[in-house]
Amino acid sequence: MTATIFQPIAARPAPVDTEGPVAWVKANLLADWKTTLATLIVGGVLLWLVPQILNWAVFKAAWLPNYEACRAPGVGACWGVIAEKYRVIIFGRYPFEEQWRPLIATVLLTGLLVASCMRMFWKTWLPLLWLVVLAAFFTLMYGNTLGLTQVDTDRWGGLPLTILLASLSLVMSFPIALLVALGRRSSLPAIRSFCTIYVELIRGVPLISVLFMASFMFPLFMPQGFKIDVLIRVLVGITLFAAAYSAEVIRGGLQAIPKGQVEAAATLGLSYWQTQRKIVLPQALAMVVPGIMNNFISTFKDTSLVTIVSLYELTGAMSLALNSDSNWRPFTIEGYIFIALIYFVFCFSMSRYSHWVEKQVNKSKLR
Amino acid sequence: MNSKNPPKKNNWSWRSQAFRGLIYQVIAILAIGGFVWFLAHNTLLNMRVRGIQSGFDFLKQAAGFDIGESLYPFDSAQPYWQAFLVGVTNTLRVAVLGIILATVLGTLLGVGRFSRNALVRGLCLVYVEFFRNIPVLLQLLMWYVILTEVLPAATDAWVLGPFFLSKGGLNYPIPVWSTGQLWAASGLIPGLALAWVYRRWAKRQFEASGQVRSMVWMPMVIVVAASLLGWLLGGAPTALNRPFKGDFSIENGGALTPEFLAVLLGLTLYTASFIAEVVRGGIQSVPLGQSEAGAALGLSRHQEMRLVMLPQALRVIIPPLTNQYLNLTKNSSLAVAIGYPDVVSIANTALNQTGRAVECISLVMLVYLSTSLGTAVLMNWYNSRSAIKER
Repeated sequence: MTATIFQPIAARPAPVDTEGPVAWVKANLLADWKTTLATLIVGGVLLWLVPQILNWAVFKAAWLPNYEACRAPGVGACWGVIAEKYRVIIFGRYPFEEQWRPLIATVLLTGLLVASCMRMFWKTWLPLLWLVVLAAFFTLMYGNTLGLTQVDTDRWGGLPLTILLASLSLVMSFPIALLVALGRRSSLPAIRSFCTIYVELIRGVPLISVLFMASFMFPLFMPQGFKIDVLIRVLVGITLFAAAYSAEVIRGGLQAIPKGQVEAAATLGLSYWQTQRKIVLPQALAMVVPGIMNNFISTFKDTSLVTIVSLYELTGAMSLALNSDSNWRPFTIEGYIFIALIYFVFCFSMSRYSHWVEKQVNKSKLR
Repeated sequence: MNSKNPPKKNNWSWRSQAFRGLIYQVIAILAIGGFVWFLAHNTLLNMRVRGIQSGFDFLKQAAGFDIGESLYPFDSAQPYWQAFLVGVTNTLRVAVLGIILATVLGTLLGVGRFSRNALVRGLCLVYVEFFRNIPVLLQLLMWYVILTEVLPAATDAWVLGPFFLSKGGLNYPIPVWSTGQLWAASGLIPGLALAWVYRRWAKRQFEASGQVRSMVWMPMVIVVAASLLGWLLGGAPTALNRPFKGDFSIENGGALTPEFLAVLLGLTLYTASFIAEVVRGGIQSVPLGQSEAGAALGLSRHQEMRLVMLPQALRVIIPPLTNQYLNLTKNSSLAVAIGYPDVVSIANTALNQTGRAVECISLVMLVYLSTSLGTAVLMNWYNSRSAIKER
C-alpha cells in the first residue's frame, strides 16, 4: 500500500477582467481581428480628420469682428462674422434699438415651453398662463400700446419668429388634430371620408406648396377688401399641415385602445363624448406624447421653409444679414454653422425630452 | 349591438342614434360644401375684379424661359407643359437617386449601431443625432455654399482619376453609345429571366430538401455573366467619352451641376439618418430568442441574419420606410431654394410669368399627390407580401 500523496491540481487562471477600462477596450475595440481592423481604420480616419477640423474651427480661427483679419491667408473659420452680425441673425429686421422687446418675448415663450414640459407645472392654470404669455408676446412684439412704438409683422424675424411659428402652430393644431383623428374613426361615413381626404391630401403634398398657397392663393379666397397679415396666413398654413400629421399620430393611439374599454363605457351608459373624454382619450393621449413631440420637432425644423415665402425667420435672417454686406458674404458657412447649432440645441434637447417622456409613459406598464 | 332583438325601430326622432348621425352628416356636408362654395365664389369674383385670366390654356403657350438642366433638350420656345414635364423628370431623378443612396447609407448606419466595435457604434450615433436635428433646408443651403464657394474653380478642378470636381459640378466619363452596348443590354434581359428561374428553382430545392443555396450571389453572377456575354458578342466596346480640362471649363463627358449635387447630397444625408433609426428600430423589434434559436439550429451568423432576423425586421421596417421615401420626395421641393429646376421651381417661374397662381400650385400639388399615392400603393403591395401570413 502506498500512501496516497496529496497532489494539488494546478490553480485555475484568474478570471478575465470584465470590468474597467482595459476590459472595455478589449471587448469593444479589439475583440477579434475584424473589430481590431475596424478600430484601426475608423480611428485612423478620425485621427487624421479631427485635428484638421479643430485647427479650422478653433486654433486658427479668427474671433474678432474684423473682416480684414479673416481674409488673411492661413486663417481658418471666421467667427468674427457672428460677433459682428449676431443681432441681425437672431432678431432679423426688427428695429435695432427695440431689440430688447423680442429678447424678453422670446425668453418668456421659451420659458413657458420648458415649463410646460415639466410635470410639476401640469396644472389647470397652465392653459391660462399660455394665454397670458402669448398676449404679452404679441404686445411686446407689436407694440402700439404702453408707450411702445409699433413694429409691423413684416419686420419680425429671427429666432422669435421661429419659436412663435413652431409653438403657436403646435398649440392650435392640437385640437384640430384631435377632432380629425376622432372623425377618421367615426361610424358616420360622410364625416369619416372628409377627415380621411383632409389628412391624405395634406400628407401627400410638400409643406412648401401649402405655404405657396397661403401666400399667393389665400388673398384670392377671401372676400373683397378683406386683408389678412402674411404672418397669420403662413401660421394657418403650417397649423393645417401640422394638424394632419398629428391627427395620424393620435389615430395610432386611439387604435391601440382595446375595444373592451369602449364597450365597458357603453355598458356604464356613457355617451359618445363622455366615453371619449373620460375613457379613451386619457389612455390614448398618454401613449402618443412621444409621437406628438416628434411632430413638434419636425414642425420646428419646417419653420425654416417660411424663408421661401419671404418671412425672415432664423434661416432667412441669416441670409439677410450676410447677403446685404459684401464684406462678410464670403463667410456664409460660419453663419450657417452658427444657426445650425441653434437649431441643433433646440431639436436635440426636445428629442431627449421625448425619450424621457417615453420612459415615463412606459413606467406604468412595467410591473 | 344585439342584432336579434329588439326589432330596429326606424323612427325619425332625435332619440334614434341613426337619425342623429344622419343629421350630423347633413350638417357637416352643408358646412363644408358651403365653405368650399364660399372660397370658390370669392376666388372667381376676385379674379374677375383683378382681371386675372384663368384656365389651363396657358400650358400650350411658349414658355419663354430656359431651364438650367434637363434630361432631354429644352429651349424657351417650347410650351409650358413641356417645361413642367422637365420639372417633373428633374424631381423624379433626384428623388429616385436619393432614395437609393439614402437606403444604402441608412441601412449601413442602422446596422452599424449594433456593431461590436465601439468606435463604429459611436460614429453612427453621432451621425444620426447630428443630421436629424438640423433642418433639411439649412443642410441644402450649406451644401450649395460648400459646392459653389469652397471648391476650386473649373480651371483647377480636383482630379480623381477620370472624375473632375469643381465649382462647375462633377464631370465623369460616359461610354460612347454604340451597338456593343445594345448587345450588352440585350444580354441583360435573358440574364434577368435566367436569374429569376434559378431563384425559383433554388427555393423549391430548399423547401424540398432543406438545402440552402445561394439566393443572392448566384443570381447576381448570372445577370452579370449574361450581360458580359452580350457585351463581348457586341465586340467589347470600351470607348469612353472622357472629360478633360479646357481653357475655361471642363469639356466632354457627363456632368452633374452643383445644384443637383447639393440637393442630392442634402436629401440623402438627411433622410439616411431617419432611415438608420427605422432600421435600428426594426432590428431591435425582433426578440433576442429568435437569433438564439437560429444559432441553436446551427445557422451561421450570416444565414441567421438573412433567414431569421431580416424577414421579421422587414415587417416592422417597411411602413415607416415608405414614409421616409415619401418625405424625401416631398423634401425635394426645397430645391427651389437653391435654384435646381425641379417642378416647384418651374411652377414658381411659370406663376410669376403668367400670374396663374391657382393653376400652377394645383399642378404642383397634383404631381406630388400622384407620386405619393403611387409610392404608397407600391409599398403597400410589397408590405402585404412580406406581412405575416395568417391562417
